[in-house]
Amino acid sequence: MNTTKISYKKPLLETPFHERTSEHCYSNDWYRWAGYKVAKEYSSTELEYTSMRNTAGVIDITPMHKYDIKGEDAKNFINKLITKDISNIQSNQVAYGIWCNEDGMVIDDGTIFCFNENHFRIFCAERNLNWFSDTGTGFNVTIEDISSSIAALAFQGPLSCKILNLLQVKNIENLKPFHFDSYKIEHHNVIISRTGFSGDLGYEIWCDPSQAIDVWDNLFKFNRDYKVLAAGMNALDMVRIEAGFIQPNADFMSAEQALRPNRMRNPYELGLGWLVNLDKEYFTGKQALIRHKEKGPEKKLVGLDVEGDKPAVGSVLYDNSKKNIAKEIGIVTAAMWSPVLKSNIAIGFVNKEYYKLGSNVYAEIYHPEELDYRKIWAECKVVKKQFFNNPRRNAIPAFI
Amino acid sequence: MVIQRDIKKTMNKAKYDVAIIGGGHNGLTTACYLAKAGLKVVVVERHDYVGGAAVSRELHPGWTYSNCSYVCSLLRPEIFRDLELSKHGLQIIPYEGSASMLDDGRFYAHYQDHDLTYRSIAQFSKKDAEAYDRFGKDVMRQCKIIKPLLKLTPPDPTSFKPKDIMGLFEFAKYFAAKDELGGLGEKEIYDTIRFWTMSVRDYLEEYFESDIVKVHLAGSAIIGTALGPYSPGSAYVLLHHYMGEVDGTVGAWGYSRGGMGSITKAMASSFKSKNGEIKAGSPVTKILIKNNKSYGLVLENGDEIYADKIVSNLDVKRTFLKVVEEKELPSDFYRAVKNFKIRGSSGKLNIALDDLPVWKSIPIGDPAGTGDLHITQNIEEMEGAYDDWKDGKWSQFPYVDMCIPSINDPTMAPQGKHYMSVFIQYVPYNLADGGWTEEKRKEFGKHVMERIGNYSTNFKDIINHAEIRTPKELEAEVGLTEGNIFQGELTMDQLMFNRPVPGYAQYKTPIKNLYMCGSSTHPGGGVMGAPGANAAREILKDLNKKMSTHYI
Ligand SMILES: Cc1cc2nc3c(=O)[nH]c(=O)nc-3n(C[C@H](O)[C@H](O)[C@H](O)COP(=O)(O)OP(=O)(O)OC[C@H]3O[C@@H](n4cnc5c(N)ncnc54)[C@H](O)[C@@H]3O)c2cc1C
Repeated sequence: MNTTKISYKKPLLETPFHERTSEHCYSNDWYRWAGYKVAKEYSSTELEYTSMRNTAGVIDITPMHKYDIKGEDAKNFINKLITKDISNIQSNQVAYGIWCNEDGMVIDDGTIFCFNENHFRIFCAERNLNWFSDTGTGFNVTIEDISSSIAALAFQGPLSCKILNLLQVKNIENLKPFHFDSYKIEHHNVIISRTGFSGDLGYEIWCDPSQAIDVWDNLFKFNRDYKVLAAGMNALDMVRIEAGFIQPNADFMSAEQALRPNRMRNPYELGLGWLVNLDKEYFTGKQALIRHKEKGPEKKLVGLDVEGDKPAVGSVLYDNSKKNIAKEIGIVTAAMWSPVLKSNIAIGFVNKEYYKLGSNVYAEIYHPEELDYRKIWAECKVVKKQFFNNPRRNAIPAFI
Repeated sequence: MVIQRDIKKTMNKAKYDVAIIGGGHNGLTTACYLAKAGLKVVVVERHDYVGGAAVSRELHPGWTYSNCSYVCSLLRPEIFRDLELSKHGLQIIPYEGSASMLDDGRFYAHYQDHDLTYRSIAQFSKKDAEAYDRFGKDVMRQCKIIKPLLKLTPPDPTSFKPKDIMGLFEFAKYFAAKDELGGLGEKEIYDTIRFWTMSVRDYLEEYFESDIVKVHLAGSAIIGTALGPYSPGSAYVLLHHYMGEVDGTVGAWGYSRGGMGSITKAMASSFKSKNGEIKAGSPVTKILIKNNKSYGLVLENGDEIYADKIVSNLDVKRTFLKVVEEKELPSDFYRAVKNFKIRGSSGKLNIALDDLPVWKSIPIGDPAGTGDLHITQNIEEMEGAYDDWKDGKWSQFPYVDMCIPSINDPTMAPQGKHYMSVFIQYVPYNLADGGWTEEKRKEFGKHVMERIGNYSTNFKDIINHAEIRTPKELEAEVGLTEGNIFQGELTMDQLMFNRPVPGYAQYKTPIKNLYMCGSSTHPGGGVMGAPGANAAREILKDLNKKMSTHYI
């Protein structure tokens, strides 16, 4: 339990890895995540990104929210909460799910770890204690925010399994994607799941805060041969865009947080219809989701392959190659030059007429150039959001 | 014959386009806009200083007291800009935090920093810490709905839609649809109706589990009202206190540098720069009316002032029961004014301190101690304070909203010394046991100071001077009937097109050429300026004068 006394002099908390992250964080450029300081960039975003695509990168994800769901109704509770059916989930399995409000608008997404029928753990980006508690009324469950009692690292990249293997983490190569188990790193008991945001081979390591520094140090033990880097939030954002993972309050407004009702989005609009199971018995938002599905989304979040090499950050999307007659039909929510794909990629909302794969839309890009803006009218092709999906991500056994 | 000729002479000499009775911030706002439009305007103020309930006064040598109102949020930024108040010396200093001190030695705090606030609330309840964001979002949404309504002259419901309460929401829905919220769904309209009619206790109960969170937030809902936290309609008062802003941060409060009088000083200066004239030290005793048309004012010294349009900044009761003769008024209007609810419920202490108070719970230097401070423990205690008021007693455990502006504002007290403003809820206008006396006033002040003293290690020893004010003093000094700080209760039956009385919500009165611009009119009390600016707009419309400013 985190019992740090609050002081106005230290508005932000330090994670159990802070001793190390602050050493590595050459730029001293911190990002606020759920009240914690995490590194935006350690020394070079480009190199940190590269480590996740070439060797392995370590990201402090301790601030992630963690909720323990316990009790005989734990599974029923989860099935009411999320839109997909987890009736057949097995122990040690991880489910990816989203939850919606009664209007079928997405609140958040998260990974759901099944320890057993009566014990689940949800990891998510936003705070959800109120929503879970509201959902939990009438169920025999306890819902506990255990966020500060677990330290967490994402260990992502093609050599991540190899290094864990070198660390004598037994049988780690046979851990299947979206599964987790208990392991030992040195003498420390940890939970390792084969999950992550990178769209590549990767793991998430969950441990007691008291072991955090030791676990961290172990991951860098083989750096003479295989260079592992601490990676910051900027690098994480790059890999998650390449992998096509969307983020609440970046790509869409969480329905719990949107001030303007018309900014809320349903799963079909986010391209997450595959996570909705309308055959399931009653769950929150079901009625509305039936209507949303019938109607079809008015706009949809899609991948965009953008002409040229200037990232379309914050660009408005148009329908015509001729600027003077073009009409607004969407907006870019995330954009970057992808080093691994050598492509200019983006994620954005486009209106109904344009969300078919292969459609053409146009982005107006304001590219800053030596105190001036170059305005670029770039053609974009609508593509799948998942730009990067390396086969090693799901290979079993994993590459060692 | 000779006398009549004399009157004619004066009439020709001192004739104004507009004469405004009262130099409160609303009267001055109206005056500024009208002078800006090129009219010849005079403001006639009873005291030899302007400001009404927004004044700074040196009542103890070396100390400046924000004598009545003490913090600023509601003042519309467009008015600030139009009247060039910055150029005329006004500056607002944002709050850094606020706190409630608990009997068990802990304190509950809000800070500018969102994460710090989260952790502060989480000490009491993690759920509530999260719910605070939910609450904030919902209140913000309601503020966004209300914002365009503030600037609006309420439509006449008889020529509008149904006369009952629903008309109001038709109204809200219509305007909210135009707003950036992109139109409201049915759900949001229901939320609005609930918010405007519920008790604050019930409203907060839907979000929070912890007593201290609830009571800290409930304070805004009872300030200045004759409602308790369990009274239906009190949630609206909370909203009323949240709809202001400091530099775009909705709901934020700040100190006016130099005290609240800096606001009205700047307005007066802005007014004079547009050739406006202020006649201070001139109580108005009567509005001159002939054939149902007003044409002038009579001052206490017998002087008369003539003007085409007369505007009253006084509350609606004072205007129509004191300075307009009953015979001039339609009897239904007269009755409605008599029935207007304007109950006094607040007191105020202004205290000169020789040192900074040391609190038992809040550490020195903690920003939580620099904004509004409270010592109420739970909603029941607050309701109990209200019960005392109903019984005609001052509250045994009053809700206090205190602050020490001199921590952030270097102009309020001598170096090393401090000024403390203490707003007290509840204090009755009439005491049940025989009315107010000088002795009881002092006893009341002592009672409040003792209570505050219990939460500090040095407070009792550093009091240099204290000014103690009950609703009686507020009435006597500012002219607020019964000492009601909003110039009339902010309840549904007295808001929007019902404010101040049905049929007369458009700043006009049954008397031709006589207008109202004070807080008794829409959108109500607080140092907001909106009633004054709205009234100016109506007057200009009647004069066929066009004006284009940020507000109008
Ligand atoms: C104790 C107290 C604390 C408050 N705290 C706050 C706060 O912190 N923040 C906030 O926003 N609001 C606060 N308010 C409310 C706010 O101050 C008032 O609602 C607002 O100032 C009223 O402004 P007004 O211009 O409508 O009227 P007033 O300020 O009432 O102005 C009326 C003017 O008319 C003058 N007058 C009266 N009779 C005559 C006459 N016969 N002839 C000539 N002149 C006359 C008066 O002297 C006065 O100048 C507080 C009010 C009080 C009393």
